[in-house]
Amino acid sequence: MLLGPALFVSAALFTLGVFGVLLRRNAIVIFMCVELMLNAVNLTFVALAQRLGVAGQLFVFFVMAVAAAEAAVGLAIVLAIYRHKGTVNLQNIDLLKG
Amino acid sequence: MPGTLVIFWGFAGLALASALLCITRRSAVASALWLVVTLFALAALFVLLDAQFIAVLQVLVYAGAIMVLFLFVIMLLNLGRPGPSDVKGPLGVGTACLLGGVLLFQLWILRKAVPSAPIQLPPGSMARLQQEQGLVGAIARPLFDTYLIPFEITSLLLLAAIVGAVVLAKRKL
Repeated sequence: MLLGPALFVSAALFTLGVFGVLLRRNAIVIFMCVELMLNAVNLTFVALAQRLGVAGQLFVFFVMAVAAAEAAVGLAIVLAIYRHKGTVNLQNIDLLKG
Repeated sequence: MPGTLVIFWGFAGLALASALLCITRRSAVASALWLVVTLFALAALFVLLDAQFIAVLQVLVYAGAIMVLFLFVIMLLNLGRPGPSDVKGPLGVGTACLLGGVLLFQLWILRKAVPSAPIQLPPGSMARLQQEQGLVGAIARPLFDTYLIPFEITSLLLLAAIVGAVVLAKRKL
């Protein structure tokens, strides 16, 4: 069975996504790392669906729908910030910093 | 079975390597393109895990629609040319390594967790279900039956996202 290897790959991909979020300052690259994490979770769902029923594959559906909504709204927010600040570097976006 | 395992690890290695390149490339366009490679490799893994329809959706929705949206915004913001590196300093890298290592350790412990035997389906039951009801039917039937209300709520979510994106992207709020 491929369950063990799939869970390992999923864990490694998720960690890479977290690593990217913590490492980068470009808002768009951070967004892409979040997508990477969502995909790692999708892999877990699909791998477990083999043993626990087709519901796992359905959850991947819903994750994809939420990811699409998140990408659309998030990128619109990034566009609005870029228009306001002229940059997408998170270091320069410090409106709420004391 | 070893042949399947070899193909699996091939695509898994491709996914992990391109994910690593995605988070380390300086240019946002290069990051996005490596992420597309990761998504394609994941689609191949989905096929190996008896989720052919999900794999098709992965290519259509993720690698197609969502990544085009990302590339579109990158080009709109004119971030294509490589600028100064946006990777954090040594302190940031150290923190990221520490937290990432802790998370990987936790997930490494979790890999031993397998679902308890009573709720497990017999091996090959997913393939049999797909043979009986068809690749799409096996997913569509519960989607429009057991999960009908979540499905309808998803449509509301997408409507809200469309309205939100239009309002946010308007030049004058």
